[in-house]
Formats: sequence, C-alpha cells, structure tokens
Amino acid sequence: MARKIRVLVGKAGLDGHDRGAKVVASAMRDAGFEVIYTGLHQTPEMIVQAAIQEDVDAVALSILSGAHMTLFPRVLALMREKGIGDVLLTGGGIIPKEDMTALKQAGVGELFGPGTPTTAIIDYIRSVSREKRSAQAGSAR
Amino acid sequence: MANAARTDTAATRAEPESGRAEAAPKPHAPETAEAPVPLFETLSGIPVRPLYTPEDVKPGLEERLGKPGQFPFTRGLHPEMYRTRIWTMRQFAGFGTAEHTNQRFHYLLAQGMTGLSTAFDMPTLMGYDADHAMALGEVGREGVAISSLEDMEILFRGIPLDQVTTSMTINAPAIVLLAMYVAIAEKQGIPPKKLGGTVQADMLKEFIAQKEWICPPRPSVKICVDMIEWCAEHMPRWNSISISGYHIREAGATAVQELAFTIADGIGYVEECLKRGMDVDAFAQRLSFFWDVHNDFFEEIAKFRAGRRIWAKLMRDRFQAKNPRSWMLRTHAQTAGVSLTAQQPLNNVARVAIQALAAVLGGTQSLHTNSMDETLALPTEEAATVALRTQQIIAHETGVANVVDPFGGSYFLEALTDRMEEEAMEYLRRIDGMGGIIQAVEQGFPQKEIADSAYRFQMQVEEGRRIIVGVNRFGGEEEVSIPVLKIDPEIERRQIERVRAVRARRDAARWERAMGDLRDACMSDKNLVPFVLDAVRAYATLGEISDVFREAYGVYREPAVF
Repeated sequence: MARKIRVLVGKAGLDGHDRGAKVVASAMRDAGFEVIYTGLHQTPEMIVQAAIQEDVDAVALSILSGAHMTLFPRVLALMREKGIGDVLLTGGGIIPKEDMTALKQAGVGELFGPGTPTTAIIDYIRSVSREKRSAQAGSAR
Repeated sequence: MANAARTDTAATRAEPESGRAEAAPKPHAPETAEAPVPLFETLSGIPVRPLYTPEDVKPGLEERLGKPGQFPFTRGLHPEMYRTRIWTMRQFAGFGTAEHTNQRFHYLLAQGMTGLSTAFDMPTLMGYDADHAMALGEVGREGVAISSLEDMEILFRGIPLDQVTTSMTINAPAIVLLAMYVAIAEKQGIPPKKLGGTVQADMLKEFIAQKEWICPPRPSVKICVDMIEWCAEHMPRWNSISISGYHIREAGATAVQELAFTIADGIGYVEECLKRGMDVDAFAQRLSFFWDVHNDFFEEIAKFRAGRRIWAKLMRDRFQAKNPRSWMLRTHAQTAGVSLTAQQPLNNVARVAIQALAAVLGGTQSLHTNSMDETLALPTEEAATVALRTQQIIAHETGVANVVDPFGGSYFLEALTDRMEEEAMEYLRRIDGMGGIIQAVEQGFPQKEIADSAYRFQMQVEEGRRIIVGVNRFGGEEEVSIPVLKIDPEIERRQIERVRAVRARRDAARWERAMGDLRDACMSDKNLVPFVLDAVRAYATLGEISDVFREAYGVYREPAVF
C-alpha cells in the first residue's frame, strides 16, 4: 500500500489571512492527503524545519500579504540548503501573473490564484508527488 | 506574568478519516454537465420562498420598526437619513511610505472624499518596526509603514486634523497610533477634544478572524477598554472602537454569523467597561460598528436593520442605558473584498455597485467601496477613483438617498430581518452559555464555526451550486489584464533607514524615562493611554512600545487547527 501523500500547508510571514489555507487544507484532507498545517506567522526557517521533520512530499505556502517575492525564494533556498530541494514547493494567494512567472522560473512549482477550485490544487500535487516518487523508486533500483 | 508566551511547536496534524483515503476528486462543474439543483436560499442558508405575503410578517411590525431615528432604529438612526446628510465616503488608502500615502490622501480629498481612512502595512499591524526580522519583505506592501511619530507627522502633513475625520484600521497597536494621532494634533495646536475619527481597536475579532495580534485575548481587551475609557473623557468626537463584522465575514462567516459574533464582541466590550465601573451612557455613544456588504442583496439590507434593532434592545434593556444615543448602532460598511474575482476583474465594478447600494438601503453611516483590482494587488489610482465614483453615482444619480428605508414594509425584507434577528439571538444565547465571548474565543468556537462555513461555501461553488460569474460559470474567454500597483522594494530600505535615524536622533534620557514609566504602568492596573502618549512624544517607536507589551503580557500563539 503506497504511503499517503503528505503536504505541509504553511502560512509564512505576518499575513493572517488563513481562510484559503484552511479551506485548501480541509479539501486535501478530504481527498485523502495527510495534511500538516503550520499555523500562522511562521518564518521560512520554521517552515523548512517542519517540512524536514514531517518528511513531506510537498510544501504549500499561502501568502496574501504581498511578500511572496521575498518569502517563496527564501523558503526555496532554505529547502535546497537543507537537502530537501527535491520536495515540491507550491502555493497560492494574491500573486500577480508576472510574479508567478518569475517564481516558477526560479524553481517554485505551480502557483494558484483566487478562484482556483481546490480539486485543481489537489490534482496537481498528486500528479507531481507520484512522478517524484516513481523517479526516486527508479533511481534507487 | 500569568500570560506567558506559549512555546512554538511546529504544527498540528490532521489524519484523514479511515476509509476515505484517496477519495476521487470532485469534478469542477463543467459548463456541459447536468445543471446542479439551484439553491433557493440566502448566502447564510436561510431558505427563501417564491413569494412573500402579509402572512409572512408576524404581528407587531410597527413596534419592531419604530420610526426612523427612534427606538429600535430598525429603519435608520436619523429621522431623514441621507436627506439631512449623505453618508461619509471614506476610501481606505495606504501603501508604501508615509509620503506616498500622504499624496494619495491629498488626491482623494481633492476628488471629493469626505473622510480619511488609513491602511497600515503588516509590520505596523503586528507591532514591529520596519527593521525587525519579521518585517522582511512586508514593509509598505499592504498599507503604509508607520514606525515612529516622525512617519505619522509626514502621513498627515498639510491636512488640518480638526477639519477631517480619520479612521485608522489598526488593532493590536491601536493605542500607539491613537497616541501618535493625538501627539501630531498637539503639534498642529489642536486639542484631543476637537479630533474626530475612529481607531478600529477591536481585538476580539482579531482572534476570531483577522489574526493580527500581539498579546493574548485578556490583556488585549484590557488595552481596548483603556482606550474606550480615555477617549470617553478626552475625545468626545472620537470613536474609541469599531466593532467589526467585516473581517469575520471575509474569513468565511455567513451574514448571520457576522451579525451574531460582532454583536457578541460588542457585548463583551460593554461588559468589560461596566466591570471597571464606567457608566454605560458615558461610553456607549462612542462605540461604532463596521459591517461587510456581500452579494446577497436583501440579506445584506436585512442584516443592517436587524443589527440596529438587536443592539438598541440590548443597550436599553440589558445594559440599562438611558440616553437614546447609547442605543444607536452607528456603522461604517465596506463592500466584500472576498466576493471580488481575479477572473474578469472588470466585473467587480458591478459587484461593488450592487453591494454599495445594499449598504445605502441598509442605512450605513459611512462607506468604502472596493476597487476592481483588489484581488490582484493594492488598488491603482484609477481603480480607486472608479470605486469612489460608484458611491457618488448612487448618492446623486439614482434617487435612493431621497427616501428613508425605502424597502421598509416589504413582506420579504421584514420576514428576513426578523429571521436574521432570531438566528443571531440564538448564537448570542449560546455564547452567553459559554460564559461570554472571551471564553468562546478562547475555546475557538467562533473560529470553528467560521472555518466550517468557509469550507461549505467553497464546496457549494465547486459543485456548481453557487455560481460565481467568470469563475465557475461564464468564464473561458480571453483574460482581460488590468494594470496593477507595484510597490518599490526600495521603500523597505528607506523606511529602515528612517526608523534607525529617529532612534539615533531622539532625546535618549526622555525616551528612557517614558519607557520606564510605561513598563511600570503595565505592571499595574492603570490606564495605559497617558503613558503611551508620553512614550510616542519621546519618539519611542511602535515596535519598542509593542515589545513592552510583549514582555508584560506575553505573546499570543494560536493553536494551529483547521
């Protein structure tokens, strides 16, 4: 039996808007993921630490405060530095299109804006996690 | 102190219920799918029938309505409402440094705006100076950065503070911003008693919904009550609190929950003031409210009316206020940011207009209309202007401001107003049963109710039972892109330099004395406002003053649950 997909849902920085993060976390749980929610006001260091401890398949950050161009790159850099650069970093919030493009070019995964159905997020994380797992299984052989 | 900071634990975990693992994803209502059953209910889930008749209105309507300007104020606070004075058009603004926002203020005043409303950035809202590690990347992004009195002097430069009213959306450090406002007015030669405006300062709704805090609930409420008490004595034109449903609704509450939890918060503050021995009529007139205005047109109008009626009864009967002004629920309103869509953003202009109309028909005292681009970024000047013009069109072109409560007596609206009152009262009884709103918040009750409503709404949207134009229906065409406001990253650097320069330049001895006095006051039950006022006059920064609160009262950490 395959291990369930494990996702860390994180709120980085000072942003207190947690409606989206909680709705997405609940939808992921109902879709069968194991969801770890960090709670509010986490630093990038705390988020990456939790991702390592919880051995997650994906880190999903929710940022609605406009600090995405600082926080996503910092979390990504820390993930690489701490040896979990292969874990998917995705997320969503109020993020203008061109910023999404820039972040994706920097190595962040898909980013989701307002109005996204939770199923789109779930399908995306499921398919990337499966790909990564089968790639890992392949290289282990 | 008793309220020590809780330790950081990384996270909480939710396991899926057994047997439900890897459930098939729900389809996202494609255009071609079988049409889902329409929901004949309000956004709060109140069922609505096809037709309302006199039988739907319970006997005693006249008594429940009263005359406008009279108990229980269902029809409005004033006998002639907008014929005497149009509502205050108060557009929320703030970004970048104090200079940027000062410019926007002057622009909006020149466009005919009649009250100022200040948005602060996240570090300011959370009680951090621009150079704190937690402020990284957030300075000036969601509002204006204010770290010291110097920023505040620049923010209101050229604006005579006795001729405008100013609303400040600030909560945990509200006492600091209130003190700064009083201090810059002093420099303009204006005494506190001439200042008109509002600090939001409603901490209970922070724990319930907006989640911006410094200390735990009880000391936070203590500081709110300090402000209410001080303003009652020194600032007769100032609203010492804006008891806010807005954030509760935006976090996912239904209209009924917004009504109930907001009024429960109001009861909480009144009770705390009474415990301190204050006379209800000495402060109740300066309590103000703040509603969200969402898409469900009649439900929103009913909410404003039911809110006034519930509050009037509570203040007169439960709290024994004698002055009719103490019975009045005066409110600001803002159109629902959460209802705006990033898809087809021009459609938001229509949503905002309809919501604003509901607020006016509901009898609001002041109104902010959102800009169409707010799901993308802070508003551009053009978008903010269209939003203000929307209010001016409603005020001056539609004729709706000519008649008081024009929908009053509508079978449907009256039945809905009664029903919302009943459902809100049921929540209030439950909260009283828990020992009051502070206990209910500590138990996470409103938080959980709101999160459940948010999830239920999202699922209704994803099942196609709730239609959102351009999102789950009528979408697909070429995306319209509109210009968005960019915040220059340089702002953060400049703001950091400024706060450091202020610290280096100020009179160190005076600063130290004021900070020491404030620290001592926090260990007593003295009213903190005069001490904070002395500290800001000595150019103590917002972060330094907040640190005194953190040391004295502890730092709040929310249990991470969903």
